[in-house]
Amino acid sequence: MEIFGIPSQALFGQLLIGLINGSFYALLSLGLAVIFGLLNIINFTHGAQYMLGAFCAYLLLNKLGIGYWWSLALAPIIVGLTGVVIERTMLSKLYKLDHLYGLLLTFGLALIIQGLFRNEFGSSGLPYRIPQELQGAQNLGFMFLPNYRAWVIVVSLVVCLATWYVIERTKLGAYLRAATENPQLVQAFGINVPRMITLTYGFGVALAAFAGVMAAPIYQVNPLMGADLIIVVFAVVVIGGMGSIMGAIVTGFGLGIIEGLTKVFYPEASNTVIFIIMAIVLMFKPAGLFGTQK
Amino acid sequence: MSGSTPSTSHTSSPAGDELRAQKIAFLVMVAIIAIAPVVVYPVFMMKVMCFALFACAFNLLIGFGGLLSFGHAMFLGSAGYVSAHAAKVWGLTPELAILCGTAAACGVAFVSGLLAIRRQGIYFAMITLALAQMIFFFCLQAPFTGGEDGIQAVPRGKLFGLIDLSNIAAMYIVVAVIFLGGFLLIFRIVHSPFGHVLKAIRENEARATSLGYDTDRYKLAAYILSGTIAGLAGATKALVFQLASLTDVHWTMSGEVVLMTLLGGLGTIFGPVVGAAVIITMQNYLAQFGAWVTIIQGVIFVICVLVFRRGIIGEIAHALKKSL
Amino acid sequence: MKLKQKLRATLLAASIAAMGATSAQAQISDNVIKIGVLTDMSSLYTDLSGKGSELAARMAVEDFGAAKKGMKVEIISADHLNKPDVGSNLARQWYDVDKVDVIVDTPNSGVALAVNQVTREKGKAFLVSGAATAALTGKDCSPNTIHWTYDTWMLANGTGQAIVKTGGDSWFFLTADYAFGHALEGDTEAVVRKNGGKVLGKVRHPLNTQDFSSFLLQAQASKAKIVGLANAGGDTTNSIKQAAEFGIVKGGQNLAGLLVFLTDVHSLGLQTAQGLILTETFYWDANPQTRAFAKRFSTANRGIHPTMVHAGVYSAVLHYLKAVEAGKTDDGTKVINQMKSMPTDDPLFGKGSIRQDGRKIHPAYLVEVKKPSESKGPWDYHKIRATIPADQAFRPMSEGGCPLVK
Repeated sequence: MEIFGIPSQALFGQLLIGLINGSFYALLSLGLAVIFGLLNIINFTHGAQYMLGAFCAYLLLNKLGIGYWWSLALAPIIVGLTGVVIERTMLSKLYKLDHLYGLLLTFGLALIIQGLFRNEFGSSGLPYRIPQELQGAQNLGFMFLPNYRAWVIVVSLVVCLATWYVIERTKLGAYLRAATENPQLVQAFGINVPRMITLTYGFGVALAAFAGVMAAPIYQVNPLMGADLIIVVFAVVVIGGMGSIMGAIVTGFGLGIIEGLTKVFYPEASNTVIFIIMAIVLMFKPAGLFGTQK
Repeated sequence: MSGSTPSTSHTSSPAGDELRAQKIAFLVMVAIIAIAPVVVYPVFMMKVMCFALFACAFNLLIGFGGLLSFGHAMFLGSAGYVSAHAAKVWGLTPELAILCGTAAACGVAFVSGLLAIRRQGIYFAMITLALAQMIFFFCLQAPFTGGEDGIQAVPRGKLFGLIDLSNIAAMYIVVAVIFLGGFLLIFRIVHSPFGHVLKAIRENEARATSLGYDTDRYKLAAYILSGTIAGLAGATKALVFQLASLTDVHWTMSGEVVLMTLLGGLGTIFGPVVGAAVIITMQNYLAQFGAWVTIIQGVIFVICVLVFRRGIIGEIAHALKKSL
Repeated sequence: MKLKQKLRATLLAASIAAMGATSAQAQISDNVIKIGVLTDMSSLYTDLSGKGSELAARMAVEDFGAAKKGMKVEIISADHLNKPDVGSNLARQWYDVDKVDVIVDTPNSGVALAVNQVTREKGKAFLVSGAATAALTGKDCSPNTIHWTYDTWMLANGTGQAIVKTGGDSWFFLTADYAFGHALEGDTEAVVRKNGGKVLGKVRHPLNTQDFSSFLLQAQASKAKIVGLANAGGDTTNSIKQAAEFGIVKGGQNLAGLLVFLTDVHSLGLQTAQGLILTETFYWDANPQTRAFAKRFSTANRGIHPTMVHAGVYSAVLHYLKAVEAGKTDDGTKVINQMKSMPTDDPLFGKGSIRQDGRKIHPAYLVEVKKPSESKGPWDYHKIRATIPADQAFRPMSEGGCPLVK
């Protein structure tokens, strides 16, 4: 069966892969959007923290024998704690300065983290086995869908929607959003704003690390795995609207699908299509699709 | 980066003292360039000069225009590819090849500038990063760039059809002339009325607009100038190394020029030169230690942002109470 | 007085002899033969070359007995990061500043082509073991370069031909998008067509790709009988592992690893790699000499056994030193000519020769990877199916388009 001259097998296969890529875009841009929304800082270290999550899982398995399921919980906590340390010791000193300094600091941190790991582990991927329970594939007729990749899509959706719910629909989320708008007023109400900021940064970092653990079995654990990905994620966040949670989620998944489709019809453009869309969105809606002018 | 840049407060036409300080610094720089090839590997010096020009061009935009571009590699790299292609495939003489490369960078700057200038601050940085990434992928796939292999065996050719540039002394003099010329051009721009308006926009855009200046036009002009001079550096570099490769359009290159300028001193005239020299020297001597170069660059970034925001020249200038 | 005269005569004779000796030595630049091992030490080719190549070079210097012959030999090494600009800058600096006389190894054909150019300009010597592109003895051939170990033509006519002849007549290529991948894909495509097969499609992937899912899906959609992997090192092992995930073989297609090294088989494990056909020019378990070498090598290399790239570095450095000794010079162009004029003989490749276009000639082996049950222990992975004689293993000199060949 052919659709637009492309066999449906190829089309659905690439769409599914696109959806999987989109899951990672969504998870990562969610973390970035949360951090930017509250702290007004572009966290360039996000890619390195994603990589840290994957390495955490790898090291937990190979040094301590701790498997995938525990790593899903442990790695985000461990890496999230490093995020808290970074925020307390370095980022908090920059809040009164131009926000671009935050970008430069996190860029420098990313270089350090990636360099240290490259030194230790080389720049080729290290293998991480798919957990026993998720091995195998379903024969869907038009392609073999590996179970693990289906799992990725499901979990990403759940985590993204849960995060969105917490931020937009719960009291905690309301405090967070209020603190973004007017930190002094919220502080006057007795809420410990600096602590909230620290924990929010830690949460955003934990999300990145979580994505890293999910990525380890598919994308191989390698020190530069976040480096090129982070720029795509920046584009996703810009298109979705810098502080918008729903924007990040929708754009993440959406762009993954568009990328997948482009691979089928016009493979040469698949790397640049996201940036082209970004340029177009910026021309007509500078605040992003879901963003509000800040 | 309004407000927090360590701007030199006496910014109008440098009177007496300052001009003297800058003249002395310039003469020192020329002397170093003239003597260096005797003690230092000339190819290394040429590399320093190309990157110093690149950093100076970048500094024009951020130090004086207040716009942080995170995609300056697109100018360096695209100019390098066009220059290499012009010299190798079209067989142009080196000065024409460099001109072609610089023109290409100017074109890229014009188009990307139209898109990027609409936004400020962080958004501007993000847009330039993404645009540069587009250029990267284009260079990765376009057949004429040779992808991962790059354009190799670029002939240096004969300058004006007469002077053979494979003679290292000739090449060195050409690069030195280009560097010093570019440097003086930037100095002239900064101290011209145009440069003053730019600084005014950087300090307080709203006020500049209320005074009747079309701030977008000025910013775009600064952006295009910055990109073109960066292209000049890239086009020359391609001929020095006889190679144009993906490294020059990769976003890590954009990060490196930010580092060089930050380390040397944002908004100072000589800062980028010193910053480039330090970073290139470090890369050269630590190359055998592999990834330590990246780590140290990251550490320098962090230290500069946290406690050393004025940069090397900035601190010296602050101590001497002059502008450098 | 006679004693004094005798003494003077002896002194004179001795000084003449010494001058003679030093004037011979004086033709060796700075009295030191400096070898530069330019390789990949941190990325996808590091296992098949990397530090092992440096070790192989040292072993060659030891076995040559440089110290006893009074020749000073130094070895330095560096990582080219798989970037042509890094490689060519390092080469330039090594030649200009660090007085390196010869560069060896260089896995990554893009880097090798760049170094080939710099070496020719400076009149030094370049012995390629790791890189594969047959262009090094074709249109890019140089009087300063010898291409050792293997090349893409040999692989295409070894592995490619064998697979086509067993019924693999429709191909889909998964190619590493740089000089090596293009060369290997081109050479194999020519072989496929020559034997009446068809190429149903090709897709190019970036070097050091981690995720092959979308490329493998395209391969599946093409329904070609053979999915040809025109890549190497980490790219090949990732393609093969992920192909298993997507059920490529279960779906009825077969994978053809056009360049597979011993270290790749080790990384994949025999369970996954069994049955793979590959071509190589050295296997450690082939005869007593190769076994002895492998024992020495692996002891100093954390147990990792030598690949043909490591063996090639050893063989090339050994022959180079013999040529320097015979010609009494380390001037690049002269040594290369000397190397071409002397037949080669070493414990790893046996007897061979070097052609005018810079191609080293030796036999090639068609190998099948053993089943887990057939292997007696780690590194016992290959069974040699056939030997391709030296005069048939490599592209005929007349077909290469090398300007050095009259």
